[in-house]
Amino acid sequence: MKAKIRKIAVFLEETRTEMGRAVDPPTRRAAAAAVIENPCAGKYVEDLSELMDIGEELGELLTQKAVAALGIPGNVAESYGKAAAVGENGELEHAAAVLHPKLGTPVRRVLGKGAALIPSSKKRGACGVSLDIPLGHKDAAFVRSHFDGMEVRINDAPRANEILVAIAVTDSGRPLPRVGGLSKSQIKGEDGLR
Amino acid sequence: MPEIRIRKKLILIEEIFHEGGPSAATPQRRGAALVVIHNPYAGSYVENIAEFMEDLKPLGLSMAQSLLAALGGSASIVEGYGKGAIVGTAGEIEHGALWHVPGGYAMRELLGGAKAIVPSTKKVGAPGTRLDVPVTHINASYVRSHFDAMEVGINDAPRADEILLALVMTTGPRVHARVGGLKASEIKGEDGLR
Repeated sequence: MKAKIRKIAVFLEETRTEMGRAVDPPTRRAAAAAVIENPCAGKYVEDLSELMDIGEELGELLTQKAVAALGIPGNVAESYGKAAAVGENGELEHAAAVLHPKLGTPVRRVLGKGAALIPSSKKRGACGVSLDIPLGHKDAAFVRSHFDGMEVRINDAPRANEILVAIAVTDSGRPLPRVGGLSKSQIKGEDGLR
Repeated sequence: MPEIRIRKKLILIEEIFHEGGPSAATPQRRGAALVVIHNPYAGSYVENIAEFMEDLKPLGLSMAQSLLAALGGSASIVEGYGKGAIVGTAGEIEHGALWHVPGGYAMRELLGGAKAIVPSTKKVGAPGTRLDVPVTHINASYVRSHFDAMEVGINDAPRADEILLALVMTTGPRVHARVGGLKASEIKGEDGLR
């Protein structure tokens, strides 16, 4: 493995009531995060292909961890998202290199499908910085009940020469969705949008 | 129809010259318009909330106009956008979802029919909570150089019965974009994706 991983954290959230009203079945979302060494930290490196390869490895590893935490087959997953926080000796572009060129393919392989864009965010920050992973339905980006986000943080990461990379997967949308729009029963699933 | 009660507004403009690499000829700018409003549904479960989306449209439009003015006034300089919401602790995540339609409408209206879905995220949190607002190209979600995010927040908001609404616009690619993928110059602009 090219990625030098210092630690992995898995988060599993289950929402059972919202404003006193039962959410049944509970909505569930999982995030898996890896803290890796940033091989490009501390200097300007033109070619970021090493980080792209690391993204491919983490796409598979973290999606598997998230799906395992949910205890579901990959193809039952409903929404997904990805994000990265680069330590202070790195560039925002290092997060882009991990997240965008190669990470998506193994995510979609583990989940069976994934016609929609994987929503993402990125930032630089110090240890304990919070990362908001945007979430959208994996087959149709416009499904309004699945627009969401999951915050993750690890108190001791990213150190200056590290990157925190996270993937979130859910088996449901928001609890008690009621703002209309496209619903999952209406998905055509051809163009990734509707 | 609930009344919109605004407590405060904030405009943030970031100007990014470099991240350790060559200085950009034109610095990238990222701007955010934040508004803190009273949450008319705080404190109890209210089933019918969707009508508030329509009420929020004029506010969204005025936020987008203020932000555009702060970035220089011309819609032609805006290349990326995103939106988000932080709901105070007496509210539900679903109250943040009310922002999808008016927030997206406001920016598309002002930017002359931008084609891409407006990426978004949301959370429930205490005053001072930060939110990473995801950003993508306004006409084609897959433009890799424009995948970005902006962290926003206000130290004293949202209070428990408030919602913090956010719109973000950017004027260009990440400052050292170099991880390949679809370029802004290659956009077909038909489906909002490529």
